[in-house]
Amino acid sequence: MTSPAPRRVVVTGLGATTPLGGTASDTWEALLAGRSGARTMAFDWVATYQLPVTFAATIHTDPAEVLSKVETRRLDPSSQYALIAAREAWADAGTPEVEAERLGTAVGSGIGGVWTLLSQWDTLREKGPRRVFPLAVPMLMNNGPAAAVSLEFGARAGAHTPVSACASGAEAIGFGLEMIRSGRADVVICGGTEAAVHPLPIAGFAAMQALSTRNDAPELASRPYDTGRDGFVLGEGAAVVVLEAEEHAAARGARVYAEVASVGMSSDAHHIAAPEPEGAGAARAMREAVERAGLSATDIVHINAHATSTPVGDVAESTAIRRAFGADADHMPVSATKSMTGHLLGAAGALESVFTILAVANRLAPAAINVDDLDPQIDLDVVHRTHRELPSGDIAALNNSFGFGGHNVALVVRSA
Amino acid sequence: MAQSTQEILAGLAEIVNEETGLDPASVELDKSFTDDLDIDSLSMMTIVVNAEDKFGVSIPDDEVKNLKTVRDAVDFIASAQG
Repeated sequence: MTSPAPRRVVVTGLGATTPLGGTASDTWEALLAGRSGARTMAFDWVATYQLPVTFAATIHTDPAEVLSKVETRRLDPSSQYALIAAREAWADAGTPEVEAERLGTAVGSGIGGVWTLLSQWDTLREKGPRRVFPLAVPMLMNNGPAAAVSLEFGARAGAHTPVSACASGAEAIGFGLEMIRSGRADVVICGGTEAAVHPLPIAGFAAMQALSTRNDAPELASRPYDTGRDGFVLGEGAAVVVLEAEEHAAARGARVYAEVASVGMSSDAHHIAAPEPEGAGAARAMREAVERAGLSATDIVHINAHATSTPVGDVAESTAIRRAFGADADHMPVSATKSMTGHLLGAAGALESVFTILAVANRLAPAAINVDDLDPQIDLDVVHRTHRELPSGDIAALNNSFGFGGHNVALVVRSA
Repeated sequence: MAQSTQEILAGLAEIVNEETGLDPASVELDKSFTDDLDIDSLSMMTIVVNAEDKFGVSIPDDEVKNLKTVRDAVDFIASAQG
């Protein structure tokens, strides 16, 4: 008995709210225009807590402009961003008709409802238990965004929340892919969200010396692969894709951006925060993804790298890519989009999947900004200064996402 | 200082609107919080706590289950202010 060919899974909708724009298309346009989403934070708490980092890639469009007053009261910002991106993606997909039991959600978040958790802690201490908001727990829980999206669209095939720090968003898309492949769902709304531009995570990341401290020039701070890089720039927002079984999309005549062909995953078991310097685990995830897609390294024409702009992480990823693909990496132009968006943590892998999908669909790998002096330790074809046209015909691209804890996720996107 | 029924109703309607998005005009004395206004117990607790702050009264948790209609709440607040 032969097993049937795996179901092909395609992308029919995109949504995002990011430091660059309130929609996926505005974000993509700003990205191609080379704009930076990093800016000096105008919040009182920056001075109150004397934070060593005074800038971040804050959300472009205030959710209050898009959501109702009740929604903003009852949802943590992480859920607000997810809901905004999911609504856009769903509308972009043409609001598919799908049985509730065949529609799933998977929305990852690295940190969860930190704003709710800590503001309600303040409320408890200052005003007592009776003043704690009755929705405090459902708002702060990490699965809040997946649940909010599930409620919004009546999705009953399952609502899931992969949590793997900065790989969460990519893992959620991988999870969505597997839900459709395994026959649990026909359509999955999946992605990642993060709303952690909050003094505690900033202080924590700064204590790790993970953040850039280029306070005098925020727009120049995120500079992956440049010799002058000194850490990542914290970002926030959400990105969501609608994944759909190919036959389901075809039956309703849906517009298809690309195919999500496979996901590769591994874990380093090396250190809680540092990447494994030889890149063995990351390379394994990349190779696994390519093999599972039924492709070989020569088929990959573009990589959207994790490239956070930390001194150690960028080199480790370069090493891992070479370890995975050897000389074939010569023909894989690498985009480092965090140079513009900042690092959206649990949303990063989803947003960069959206960029990878759009790169494949538009045959264009976006140029990184701030790469003025390419680090000689980076042995990659880094796309900078000008965008790179991708070949015509059948092409495939890879999106890498890694997270504290040693999580490695690689997704393969193929042209439709 | 005691307020009139109309003043309390208007203040309560504002709180309900803030919590649920319901049109303040729909918050009428004879409406049931659960059956007519579709307010669940979690929202009701938030409304109660906000009403305590706004009207300067205390509404014990045991009392909340007796506040079935908007009139029940307005009457309770008026007598507590009295």
